[in-house]
Amino acid sequence: MIWLNQIIQGVLLGGYYALIACGLSFMFSVMGIINIAHGSLAILAAFGLFVLADRFDISPFLGLVVVLPAMAAIGWALQRVVLERSMRAGLLVPILSTFGLSIVIDNLLFEQFGADTRSLAPYIGSFSYDSWPLTDDIDIGQLSALIFATAIVVLGGLQLFLSRTPLGRAIRATAEDPDTVGLVGINARLVNATAAAIAMATVGLAGAALAMRATFDPYAGAPQLIFAFEAAVIGGAGSLWGTLIGGVVLGVAQNIGAQINPQGFFIAGHAIFLIVLFGRLYWGGAGALFLASLRRRA
Amino acid sequence: MSLLAVERLDVRYGLLQAVRGVSFQIERGETVALVGANGAGKTTLLRAIAGAHPTTGGRVLFNGAEVTRAPSHQRVCSGLALVPEGRRLFAQMSVEENLLLARAAGRSGAWTLDAVMEAFPNLRVRRKARAGTLSGGEQQATAIGRALMTNPELLMLDEVSLGLAPLAVERVYSSLRTLLTSGTTIILVEQDLTRALRVAGRVICMLEGRIALEGSAADLTRDAVTQAYFGLDKAASAGAAR
Repeated sequence: MIWLNQIIQGVLLGGYYALIACGLSFMFSVMGIINIAHGSLAILAAFGLFVLADRFDISPFLGLVVVLPAMAAIGWALQRVVLERSMRAGLLVPILSTFGLSIVIDNLLFEQFGADTRSLAPYIGSFSYDSWPLTDDIDIGQLSALIFATAIVVLGGLQLFLSRTPLGRAIRATAEDPDTVGLVGINARLVNATAAAIAMATVGLAGAALAMRATFDPYAGAPQLIFAFEAAVIGGAGSLWGTLIGGVVLGVAQNIGAQINPQGFFIAGHAIFLIVLFGRLYWGGAGALFLASLRRRA
Repeated sequence: MSLLAVERLDVRYGLLQAVRGVSFQIERGETVALVGANGAGKTTLLRAIAGAHPTTGGRVLFNGAEVTRAPSHQRVCSGLALVPEGRRLFAQMSVEENLLLARAAGRSGAWTLDAVMEAFPNLRVRRKARAGTLSGGEQQATAIGRALMTNPELLMLDEVSLGLAPLAVERVYSSLRTLLTSGTTIILVEQDLTRALRVAGRVICMLEGRIALEGSAADLTRDAVTQAYFGLDKAASAGAAR
């Protein structure tokens, strides 16, 4: 029973990982950018909600009305000011510039808020620990369930948006061939800035989820980036539903690892990531290429 | 006023100057064939007119307005469409989605999704298929359809027969026939001289980035164009001087 509980809680935790990986995966598939500042931006959103709740008594849920558009605006500016320029200089430069940006954000937050660990849990009343009993031994946290549902709605909504709407089509076309979209009347710069804004809005949601279900501090961005990265890679970078599966696999692996050994939480998560990564390299892309080259030689 | 005026246009690829001081004008309703050997600068010239390649000198005027510095999507929105060499479809997207993308130009007119399917009936059954899985002829039809969906005032077709089987070329051109007679202004690049002289009202022949010969298709003989095409007249006069 304890194992079943760990798996169920792992699946729910996976919802959070999927939510934070979604923006990373979206930006990678659309613009080909790995945004190293991803985790720091989620923490920035969390501090935004914290300030609204702490100083102005605004509930974190209501605070999203302010923070999500602000994050979208940050995404727009980020694309126009940093990413677009650095992309012109090659593949490595966006990684370096977003890495620099993450250091700037982390340290500005540290300067402003100090090293204290915060949480939004006190501002959402009993919702942070309310749960539905499933059996005598298993409870489902209401907040975890909400986060999982949010992940499904965001991923499903993005999928529908990409496949059904004109803007979604333009985003996919720009992802496939940014030089040619201009010839059908699409402004690639505008499309990319919009995509970055959407990605950052999902980062805002992920930051809110993290801040409500756990704690955060100014340097909490880097581990979140790693979880997001691992979930995205396990699920197959660029595939939205894959991201959900990746998040769930990561969450379940971590919880099972923690059950085996109290130290096992992170180790099991990183292990499953490495196993999937090397498995892909071996049987997928690189492995297949290698096999094909052998066949050609033979 | 000409629909398109190109004035002393220079275009470079790095150190290579692909288009050298080219000037010409296109009147409304004309069909102009752009011919020339490989590397003569035809594709570069069309891409520069469409805004897909930056120019280094000269001007491009469309409908009397200067568009030399305008990005390609703005030119499409003002009615200038290019069917690029190699078709450049979005391979992961369906035929229908490829066509619908062109609505971004925001130009309504006679060319709707249904009208394109009417003009290229072979696309109708493939409308849900990924563009990457189409045959060459179907891909070319989709690329032309996509450009038509922007309801252009000037349509530029870059080597629509490139890489197609003769039968597929025939089919594409028979679909184009209505277009060619409908009064749409067209510039087309065509390697097949006979076909170029047959469908076009005027022929511009390029050689090494310059216009070597220009004239109405009716006045030009195949020999005259061939001479300009290969630069034989120049070679002949050089030979005589020697």
